[in-house]
Amino acid sequence: MHIMEGFLPAPHALAWTIAASPFVAGGLYALRRTLQAAPERRMLLGVAAAFAFVLSALKLPSLTGSSSHPTGVGLGTLLFGPLAMVPVGLVVLLFQALLLAHGGLTTLGANLFSLAVVGPLVCHVLFRAARGVGVPFSGAVFVAASLGNLATYVTTAGQLALAFPDPLGGVTAAFAKFVTIFALTQIPLALSEGLLTVLVVNTLRRLNADELRNLPLWRGLAEAKP
Amino acid sequence: MIGCVRSFLLGGAVLLLGALPLWVIEPGEAAFQGSDQQAQAEISRLAPDYQPWAKPLFTPPGSEIESLLFALQAALGAGLLGYWLGRATARAEFRKAASVPSAAVCPTVDHPAGAKSVGRDTTQESPHVD
Repeated sequence: MHIMEGFLPAPHALAWTIAASPFVAGGLYALRRTLQAAPERRMLLGVAAAFAFVLSALKLPSLTGSSSHPTGVGLGTLLFGPLAMVPVGLVVLLFQALLLAHGGLTTLGANLFSLAVVGPLVCHVLFRAARGVGVPFSGAVFVAASLGNLATYVTTAGQLALAFPDPLGGVTAAFAKFVTIFALTQIPLALSEGLLTVLVVNTLRRLNADELRNLPLWRGLAEAKP
Repeated sequence: MIGCVRSFLLGGAVLLLGALPLWVIEPGEAAFQGSDQQAQAEISRLAPDYQPWAKPLFTPPGSEIESLLFALQAALGAGLLGYWLGRATARAEFRKAASVPSAAVCPTVDHPAGAKSVGRDTTQESPHVD
């Protein structure tokens, strides 16, 4: 999902940066509030950030013969809410943009929007919806984390289609092309991310049940049997 | 115990998902090229005249250094995850060890504090059973 440095026309790059910035501000505010309410959550936040760090460093092979990487932001979203993952995503993307020439500063806004805004938002909404209709706990975690990951890549495809419409078919045709590249490759990886998120959430519930009970999003959910 | 079995099954499924493509896909010329690169190629097909207007400030010199930095990123994350897992497992064990005798033998003795001095865990979040 990394749009390379300079690969978005300047107006697009600027627009996505502007679109992402309120979420950065909101995310920093949300993080500060959640840590002020319970400073011992620092460790849990560290776990969520570490998970995103590991997963976004792993380029995995896919059944399409190409490779891509998971995002790892689903876990933190399920623990701390979608906004809290924006600063975490920003740190991951800055690390990769500055040290790995992966992504870039001009495309930081667009990449942040897909990775840390749309992905977590979809994950959060799906988790609530799935629990709302009675999907078992682990199932809801799996669905939310997988489809949140996929949503990030569909967003990237949309961003590129808007910037580089097909000369004949316009934005729609370009979107179809980019979505084929990104989303198809991503399906097995999204499944992997879903499974890994379930694994870590299960471990958390086994070892950190008290702390989870106190998280606003998990009130009443942590107790529900999987 | 059931949790452990489930964890192994989940981990196995992830490994399988990762290994399957290596098995199934015939290694071609651009075997397992990143989808980011493929998208970049698609951009040059859709807009052949497009010139990237910015360059990365720093590009890792060579693929060896690049993989070093990627490994570093993963190691940082995995290191922290391992630290937490070890700490949380030990804490859960101390709690169990502390709560069983105190409930059965002498409920007034402050066992959690005793358990605490055994381990290195000196943070405040430690044993608060209930």
